[in-house]
Amino acid sequence: MSILVDDKTRIVFQGFTGDKASFHAKEAMEYGTNIVTGVTPGKGGTRHLDRPVFDTVKEAVKATGATASGIFVPAPFCADAIMEAADAGMELIVCITDGIPAQDMMRVKRYMLRYPLETRPTLIGPNCAGVISPGKAMIGIMPGSIYTQGRVGIVSRSGTLGYEAASQMQALGIGVSTSVGIGGDPINGSSFVDMLKRFEADDETDAVMMIGEIGGPQEAEASLWARDNMTKPIVGYVAGLSAPRGRRMGHAGAIISAFGDSALEKAEIMRNSGLTVAASPAELGMAMQQALLKPSQRVVLA
Amino acid sequence: MDIHEYQAKELLAGFGVAVPKGGVVYTPDQAVYRAEEIGGGRWVVKAQIHSGARGKAGGIKLCTTPEEVRAAATELLGKKLVTHQTGPAGKIVHRLYVEAAVPIRRELYIGLVLDRRTERVCVVAAPEGGMEIEEIAARSPESILREVIEPAVGMQPFQARELSFGLGLSSSEMNQAVKAILGAYRAFRDLDATMVEINPLAITESGQVLALDAKMQFDDNALFRRAGVAELRDYAEEDPRDAEAAKHGLNYIALEGSIGCIVNGAGLAMATMDMISHAGGEPANFLDIGGGASPERVAAAFRLVLSDPRVRCVLVNIFAGINRCDWVAQGIIQAAKDVNVPVPIVARLAGTNVEQGRAILRDSGLSIITASTLADAAEKAVAALSAPVGRTLREKVS
Repeated sequence: MSILVDDKTRIVFQGFTGDKASFHAKEAMEYGTNIVTGVTPGKGGTRHLDRPVFDTVKEAVKATGATASGIFVPAPFCADAIMEAADAGMELIVCITDGIPAQDMMRVKRYMLRYPLETRPTLIGPNCAGVISPGKAMIGIMPGSIYTQGRVGIVSRSGTLGYEAASQMQALGIGVSTSVGIGGDPINGSSFVDMLKRFEADDETDAVMMIGEIGGPQEAEASLWARDNMTKPIVGYVAGLSAPRGRRMGHAGAIISAFGDSALEKAEIMRNSGLTVAASPAELGMAMQQALLKPSQRVVLA
Repeated sequence: MDIHEYQAKELLAGFGVAVPKGGVVYTPDQAVYRAEEIGGGRWVVKAQIHSGARGKAGGIKLCTTPEEVRAAATELLGKKLVTHQTGPAGKIVHRLYVEAAVPIRRELYIGLVLDRRTERVCVVAAPEGGMEIEEIAARSPESILREVIEPAVGMQPFQARELSFGLGLSSSEMNQAVKAILGAYRAFRDLDATMVEINPLAITESGQVLALDAKMQFDDNALFRRAGVAELRDYAEEDPRDAEAAKHGLNYIALEGSIGCIVNGAGLAMATMDMISHAGGEPANFLDIGGGASPERVAAAFRLVLSDPRVRCVLVNIFAGINRCDWVAQGIIQAAKDVNVPVPIVARLAGTNVEQGRAILRDSGLSIITASTLADAAEKAVAALSAPVGRTLREKVS
């Protein structure tokens, strides 16, 4: 089944006619992704990459039945684009753009609360690599070739570290059901917990690779949630062991500013919650291989 | 982005936060002039650097005569202040703030932060100000009051009242404190701040509520719409290498080790540093070249990393998604030609156009150590540290 997207998902790209969106839309279509339309305000009525272009997301949805959106618009317009997608009834919104003001994301998260939980759109990102269900579909900027179709879910804050995990697993013959980049911002659409819930419920996922980094409470919250609710094995890793306190390591969210923010503390919480913590970022694949051999360990905890 | 105390006070005063009379000065003469203009007979001369704990470092002087003001200003201007926030390198004082010294009855703590757990603005207050919030949290965590702000409607007066009464203020103090807290919140919201700290918010002997110290931090991602804030940037407070990095779209942070890192993606950059430590080395820096890196940007990254004299080996780790390995390889070669690279280079390329990238490195005639995996790259970089330093790459090119 995979989570979030598959080959049936009908997808709209917002900011469709821009350079980056065009490049990645083309890549995604070649991969087999069902991109049905695009939106660029002011370019409605034209065609781009052999797909119809609309002025608004609502029009695009009405004409094509799209249910998922990939957002590639520049950062100053992203909050607006996300809310437009939500208002048009998108089930899934994947925002790739980085550099969105934190208070814009605060407003976006507040806006989402107007929808009841059952119909609330799932927002992935911003500042992320996107989502790929190998062999089926991708909304994002990842290289499709490094993913083998399979039964391990990946959830990662960092895009490139997610690639690292996928390719290490590919080298060992381990495939991926879905890989999700949740993004490196301090406020993001979906958390580790949100994705663990989906992987736990997905009957085509047997285990999860969870890759965090310094800063924020999400890795710890996810570890505790997993301890109490997850039956599938999880391999964890937290990047930034050698990161100094108080310096922002590239991602807006990757900063050690509070207790529990450091890689050491997070890895400790993961371990105490029953996750397998990879000894180094070069051992993500191997750790998963071992975890798949003895999944009973986690079942006991549940 | 950080700003100075005097700038934060000016901004906050614009939102109704009461502050003592004061002004920024750049010379001892200006300091005396400003003190006489303020009047009174008691002043504080405060070093303006981007750091807290300036008092402990000797950066704040209480003066009772214009001569003392002149002496304090003469001493502080050009002085290097070392606090736990500046690190051992310290910061040179270029500006001073001269302010009326007011007799204090009580000091409170007020802070506004972007709380990652609730994903909202959180207002924090404590009845014992004057020390850092970490210290308060360690000493009397139960005394810390919190109000989470609903972003759709903003902070409400009742929330500021609850905090004020929680701090044990009288009703006339409460009215002034509410004004200060709501003003600080509006400044936070309207200027895209990520942190506002008034510490202490003081109650004077005469019953006034004044912000004695103020600190503000701003969201770099929102500066495009806050021109008035962006122009408060003080480049003298920033590491020149940071500015050079920003100019080329690079994200660079200097560390203490000897292996320079050039990586794409913040997470992978941190993982590469971790891997170097795991292999027994020490990273010299964090560097994320970002997405869509051109050969020029890669060359700029080399110049930046090599500007650190401690660097004895450079590890390039690129997992290309939005990037392209062939461009990165061209960048490495361009850097080797333009810049004198006196240390070994270990390169690990993966992802988009990896075959072309590896071929470019192979056919270049440069003695670049190639690695296939992250572990391989880190081990080779650590091994290269102990290898004898041979000819430079430039010599090999020519």
